[in-house]
Amino acid sequence: MDDRATPLAADAPAFAEMALADLQPGITARVVGVCSGPHAPIEVAQRLAELGFLPGEIVRVVARGFLSREPIAVRVGTGTFALRRFEADCVRVVPAPGARVII
Amino acid sequence: MNAALDQANGPMVALVGNPNCGKTALFNILTGSRQKVANYAGVTVERKEGPLTTPSGRRIRILDLPGAYSLDPMTPDESVTADVLLGRRDGEARPDFVVCVTDATNLRQNLRLVISVKRLGLPMVVALNMSDLARRKGMSIDAARLAQELGVPIVETVGVRPGGVKPLLEFLDRAGPAAAGPEPAAWRKQTPEEIARDQREVLRILAAAGVEDFAGPTFSDRIDAVVLHPLAGPAILAVVLFLVFQAVFAWAQLPMDLIKGGITTIGGWLATALPASLLKDLLINGVLAGVGSVLVFLPQILILFLFILVLEDAGYLPRAAFLLDRVMGSVGLSGRAFIPLLSSFACAIPGIMATRTIQSPRDRLATIMIAPLMTCSARLPVYALIIGAFIPHELVWGGLELQGLVLFALYVAGVAGAMSVAYVLNRRGRGSRFHALMLELPAYHWPNLRNLAIGLWQRLEIFLTRVGTIIVSLMVILWALSSVPLAPAGAAGPAIQYSIAGRIGAALAVVFAPIGFNWQIAVALVPGLAAREVAVGALGTVYALSATGKDVSGALAPLIARSWSLPTALSLLAWYVFAPQCLSTLATVKRETNSWRYPVIMAGYLFALAYAASFITYRIALAFQ
Repeated sequence: MDDRATPLAADAPAFAEMALADLQPGITARVVGVCSGPHAPIEVAQRLAELGFLPGEIVRVVARGFLSREPIAVRVGTGTFALRRFEADCVRVVPAPGARVII
Repeated sequence: MNAALDQANGPMVALVGNPNCGKTALFNILTGSRQKVANYAGVTVERKEGPLTTPSGRRIRILDLPGAYSLDPMTPDESVTADVLLGRRDGEARPDFVVCVTDATNLRQNLRLVISVKRLGLPMVVALNMSDLARRKGMSIDAARLAQELGVPIVETVGVRPGGVKPLLEFLDRAGPAAAGPEPAAWRKQTPEEIARDQREVLRILAAAGVEDFAGPTFSDRIDAVVLHPLAGPAILAVVLFLVFQAVFAWAQLPMDLIKGGITTIGGWLATALPASLLKDLLINGVLAGVGSVLVFLPQILILFLFILVLEDAGYLPRAAFLLDRVMGSVGLSGRAFIPLLSSFACAIPGIMATRTIQSPRDRLATIMIAPLMTCSARLPVYALIIGAFIPHELVWGGLELQGLVLFALYVAGVAGAMSVAYVLNRRGRGSRFHALMLELPAYHWPNLRNLAIGLWQRLEIFLTRVGTIIVSLMVILWALSSVPLAPAGAAGPAIQYSIAGRIGAALAVVFAPIGFNWQIAVALVPGLAAREVAVGALGTVYALSATGKDVSGALAPLIARSWSLPTALSLLAWYVFAPQCLSTLATVKRETNSWRYPVIMAGYLFALAYAASFITYRIALAFQ
């Protein structure tokens, strides 16, 4: 059930797991999984999974709003989605700089 | 189930797919329909059916369904898709065949839905849509191998070219619609783990079919880096909106003069050609004065729509939603409210229907309640008439056109009013601070000229149809009410003052006097409830009948400029920012909320706001006069 034990390449530097909401723009990261967030019920996580925020997918923050750093435009796979912060809090990621080719 | 019932019209083929993958464009080409298409998710919010006769003469019914990310619906529009596919919709058989439409440039996401649909056990084909874009992006998709791995047949389609559906047509002719499919397979919600398993299957299939795509910056990413920039983005949005309103006045001048000239010519010709009679009076003062004064604003409406169509076809609108999301969130609106509210600039009715893409019922209701505050295109003639008559045509602040500036301010006032109302609703309802966004930002496309032409043509048709039906008939009724009973012999002043309409106006004028409206305006407001631009036509008719002897058709603006004070004009502008919306909007609210409660509340609060805004405007303007 738990997908958090994501395999990282052996020589990759170890990065700590974090919320997508805290990812810096331009840094690629690998999705670990979705979970309910502090302000989001499990349905939000379910929906994010349906949109493609799935374990192993590469994500990158394309843009963020001014000041409040919200909303967040996130590229996942071949699509881009605008998320509010409480939604992006539901996606757990591990930074994977240099991950370029998805397949 | 009741497949035999519709045997005569042929089997039912449903188009299913992710939002914005081009289902409706395919539907339009297959059935010769002209349903609205645009480059954002959620344009189609209900089922649409159309007939198709294949090249060999086979009759098929094509069903276009709202886009869905999965068969587990989160929004009212997605429920339609899931219910139709699962046979849960009352009085409707399951489709006999499914065309699963996919965006060939976004298969990683699209194929999960294909796998889900395949599990339902309906006979199906996958349409690899936008295959031309995929090829241009350098993606090589081995369709035969993909079909083999997926276990379903595949056809390549290009939804924006008439010939682009040929492979699909041939398929439907050859292999297509088999007899009734099996009974619905059992369906249950997928867990995130199961979705992840499906995704691994998708990746395996894509790898086997040699499909490669990259996470590196794309063409759209490079545009987004500027357009979504925290500082540059809002500045670009402001400039774009601003230019639109400047253009509405600057570009429309010549065509408006031509239409005005044409109407005056017809009026002059009628005046000399016809003998003095009741019919002549009806044609000149009733129909021509009323219709002509509305028709003049057609160029401005078309220019406004040209810009909206270009922006929505290019894919800019969801970006605007992104940029304005903070504002929406701070007044307690869902980020998804943006597109429905934007649609309301055309007309509140499609805007209210588009709220079906909003998940939370509370958020959806809040959006419905404020949608009529967005300035619909029917209000444009009213604004344009008054601005044209009272605001000087001059440049201010180094090159800005004052009339366009005032129009822009009126639109902003509507939006500001809507945001305030949403804020109050959210506070009163103690709504959650967290409202969903999750809005897809589609790849940018060059606007499709064919789409633009069709879109503009449709606006033209809608406008002319309204003029030719609602407006003409209301004008005739108004003319009749304004002409009987006849003035008593030896009466001073125009005959209309003694007519039924004149008396109604005089009675209403008591109510409206505190906000500066004269009896002519009061009369015009009543038919304006049926369609707002009718108010302009009604003023045309009322003033044509009030003027003693002179031919005024096509020259309403100078007439009101002479007879209204500036505070009255400003007060009427303020009135129309909030104006109680037309009856068809209220009927739509009743249908969408399934209750009389909300249309009644809506009409009440808008009337109160309009009266208050006009009162304040009128009193302030009087003080400064």
